[in-house]
Amino acid sequence: MSGSSGSQRFAATLAVLACALAFPFLASGYHLYQGAQVLILAIALLGLNLLTGFNGQISLGHGAFFAIGGYGAAILTAKFGVPYWAAIPIASLVCFGAGFLFGFPALRFGGLYLALATFALAVATPQILSYKGFDAWTGGSQGVLLAKPHAPFGLLNADQWIYLVCLLCAAALYWAARNLATGRIGRALIAIRDQPIAAETMGVNAALYKTTCFGVSALYAGVAGGLSAIAVGFVSPESFGLSLSLSFLVGIVVGGLASLGGVLFGALFIEFVPNLADQLSVNFGESAKALPGAIYGLLLILLMAAMPTGVAGALRAVARVFGRGFASRRQSGIEGGGAASASREM
Amino acid sequence: MITRRSFLQSSAAAAAFAASAGSARAETPGVTDTEIKIGQTMPYSGPASAYGVIGRTEAAYFKMINEQGGINGRKINLISLDDGYSPPKTVEQVRRLVEQEQVAFLFQTLGTPPNLAIRQYLNDNKVPQLFVATGASVFADPEHFPWTMGYNPNYQTEARIYGKHILATKPDAKIGVLYQNDGFGKDYLIGLKDALGADHASMIIKEVSYETSEPTVDSQIVTLQGSGADVFLIAATPKFAAQAIRKAFDLGWNAVRYVTIVSVSIATVLKPAGLEKSKGLITAYYGKDSADARWKDDAGMKEWAAFCAKYLTPTDFIDSNALYAYGAGGTMIQVLKQCGNDLSRDNIMKQAASLKDLELPLLLPGMRINTSPTNYSPIRQMQLASFDGESWQLFGELLKG
Repeated sequence: MSGSSGSQRFAATLAVLACALAFPFLASGYHLYQGAQVLILAIALLGLNLLTGFNGQISLGHGAFFAIGGYGAAILTAKFGVPYWAAIPIASLVCFGAGFLFGFPALRFGGLYLALATFALAVATPQILSYKGFDAWTGGSQGVLLAKPHAPFGLLNADQWIYLVCLLCAAALYWAARNLATGRIGRALIAIRDQPIAAETMGVNAALYKTTCFGVSALYAGVAGGLSAIAVGFVSPESFGLSLSLSFLVGIVVGGLASLGGVLFGALFIEFVPNLADQLSVNFGESAKALPGAIYGLLLILLMAAMPTGVAGALRAVARVFGRGFASRRQSGIEGGGAASASREM
Repeated sequence: MITRRSFLQSSAAAAAFAASAGSARAETPGVTDTEIKIGQTMPYSGPASAYGVIGRTEAAYFKMINEQGGINGRKINLISLDDGYSPPKTVEQVRRLVEQEQVAFLFQTLGTPPNLAIRQYLNDNKVPQLFVATGASVFADPEHFPWTMGYNPNYQTEARIYGKHILATKPDAKIGVLYQNDGFGKDYLIGLKDALGADHASMIIKEVSYETSEPTVDSQIVTLQGSGADVFLIAATPKFAAQAIRKAFDLGWNAVRYVTIVSVSIATVLKPAGLEKSKGLITAYYGKDSADARWKDDAGMKEWAAFCAKYLTPTDFIDSNALYAYGAGGTMIQVLKQCGNDLSRDNIMKQAASLKDLELPLLLPGMRINTSPTNYSPIRQMQLASFDGESWQLFGELLKG
C-alpha cells in the first residue's frame, strides 16, 4: 500500500513538473508572471509549513523575512551591482541568520504567544523599511527599482527566464524540504510539535531543532522574497504589509498543514482568489467595488467548511476512499460496494 | 512559421491601413469604431481602500459620457481592477490589462508605489500611463519617461507656493518645518528650499520629521518652538497635522502656520484640533470644496450635484476624492476629443501633452490646465486660503508653483 502511494506521489510530482516545464513555451507573458508569482508564494509557504505545519511554531511574521530577502536582493543588485543569481543566495543567508536569531526568543514563547510576537514583526516591517536612517539603501517609501534579468545567450525572453529560475528554485527547495521532513530531522520536528517532553526525553535537542527550523523557514521566505523582487522589478514598504504575512498563514492552512505538496494549492489560492473576488464583485454593480474583501472572506469560509484539513487533506481523503473502495472490491466482490466500505472508513 | 504569421499580420495591417485611409486606429489595441478600452488599477481592498471612490466616480463619469453618445461615436470601456495597493499585484493587473484585455492606455492608476512599479514596463512597451493619481513629483519627467504623465498639483509645486508667499510677506522669517518621513513629506522640504533659493536657504532654521508609527508629534512641536521659528510649515497627514495644530496653539507659539492641502478637511483635521485653535492657518487650494456654502450657486458645483444625484450617492457628494476624480475624467475626455479619429498611442500621448487652457467645473475660477511636451504637470496653479474659524477663505491671486 505504502509502495503504491509512493509511486503515485512520484507520478504526480513528475506530472506537475512536466506541466510546469511546458508552461513557459505555451503561455503569454502575463500568465508567466502569474506563474512565477505562484511559484514564489509556494516557496514561502514551504518554509512556513516546515515551521508551523511540522514544528508547530505559529508565525504571523513571515512577511518580514520575505521583505528582508526582497530588499536584500534589490539593494545588492541595484546599489552594489551584484548579479541577481548571487544576490538571492546572499539575501537568503541573511534571512537564515535573522530567522535563527529570532528563534531564540521564540523558544520562550509557545503557541499563541509566539503568534503575537511574530505578528509584531509583521506590523513593524513596513515602518522599519521606510525608516529614514536606512534611506540611502532602501530608498524610504519610494522603494528600490531594479532591472529585469535577461536570459543567458538571449535564448528566452525575460518572462520565460524569470519563470524558469523560479521553477528551478521551487523544485530544488521542494526536494530539500521533502528530504528534511521525511527523515530523522522531520520526525524530530514532529515529535517536538506533538510531545515536546517525550521528544526531549528521547534525546532530541529541542532548542537547536526549533531555532534551526526557524532559520531554515526564514531562508525559504528569503529566497521567495528575493525572487519576488527580481520578478516584480521593484520593492517598496507597501509590498510587504501585514496582509502578506497573513496571506502566508492562509496559504498553508488552505493547502493543508504539514503537507508539502499542499503548498501549491495554497499558493494558487493566494494568487487567484483575490482576483476572482474582484471579478465576482463586479456582478453586484459599480457601487459594490468595496466588496472584494468580503467575497474573499466568504470564499475562504466556504473552502474551509468543505475542506477542513486543506486541499491536500481533502485529496488524501478522496484517494483513501478510492483506495479502500478498490481494495474492498477485490476482497468481497462487486456486491460488497465501494461506497459502503468507504463510508465505514470515514 | 513566424515569418508567415508576421507577413499575414503586416498585410492585414496594410489592408486595414488602406481601408481606413490613413487612420492609424487599426494598429491601436483596444480601439474599434465603437469602443475605446481603457485600463486602471485601484485599491478597492486593503489599507488605501478609501481611494476606491476615485475609480467608482470615474466609471460613473464615463457611463454618463457613453449615455450621451460617447466620443466620436465610440463608447468608453473602463476596466478598473483591484490591486490592494500592493505593487506586485499592480504589476500583475497592469500586465493583464495590457496583454490580455488589450487596453489602449492606462488612466489614473493610483498611488506612488504602484505607479513606480509599472512605469518602466509601460514606457518600454510605449503604453500611455496618463494622469497618475498621486502627487509625487517623480511622475512629471518627460525626458526619461515620455509615456508617463502626472495630474495632481504635486507636493513640490504646493511647497514652492508657500515659499514664495513667505518671501513676499515675511522676508526675514525663521522657518520651522514638520514633515512626515517619506516621499510625501520630503517633497515639501524640497519644494520649499527650491522656492527660497540658495540665498535664503538659511531661513529654514529647523527641520523635524516624524514616523507614521509614532503616537504623537508633541515633542517635535516643542523642539520646533524652542528653535525660535516664527513660521511653521506642517507637512503632515491628517492625524498628525491635527496634533501639530493643537499643540502649537497650546504652547502659545504664535508662528504663522502653513498646512498641506492633504490636511485641510474641517471634519477630520480642524475639528479634532479645535476650530478656535485652527484660526489663521494658511493652505493652498486648487479645487472647489462641496461642503463650502460659497459654491452653492456655482454652475460647476450644480453640475456636480446633478451628476451625484444620478450616478453616485449623497456621501460621495462631499468626498473630496470623488470631486477630484470628476475633474480627472473631464481631462481625459478632453484628450480623447482632441485625438479625433487618430487614436494611436502616439497621438493620445501627444494630445495629452498639448492641453491648452482647459477649464474644469470643479477647479477654482480662472484655473486652467496646460501641458506641453516638456510640462507633464497638468495642474500647476493654486490659490492661498486662510481659515477664519469656520471655513477656508480664499485670498490673493492664483499662484503658479
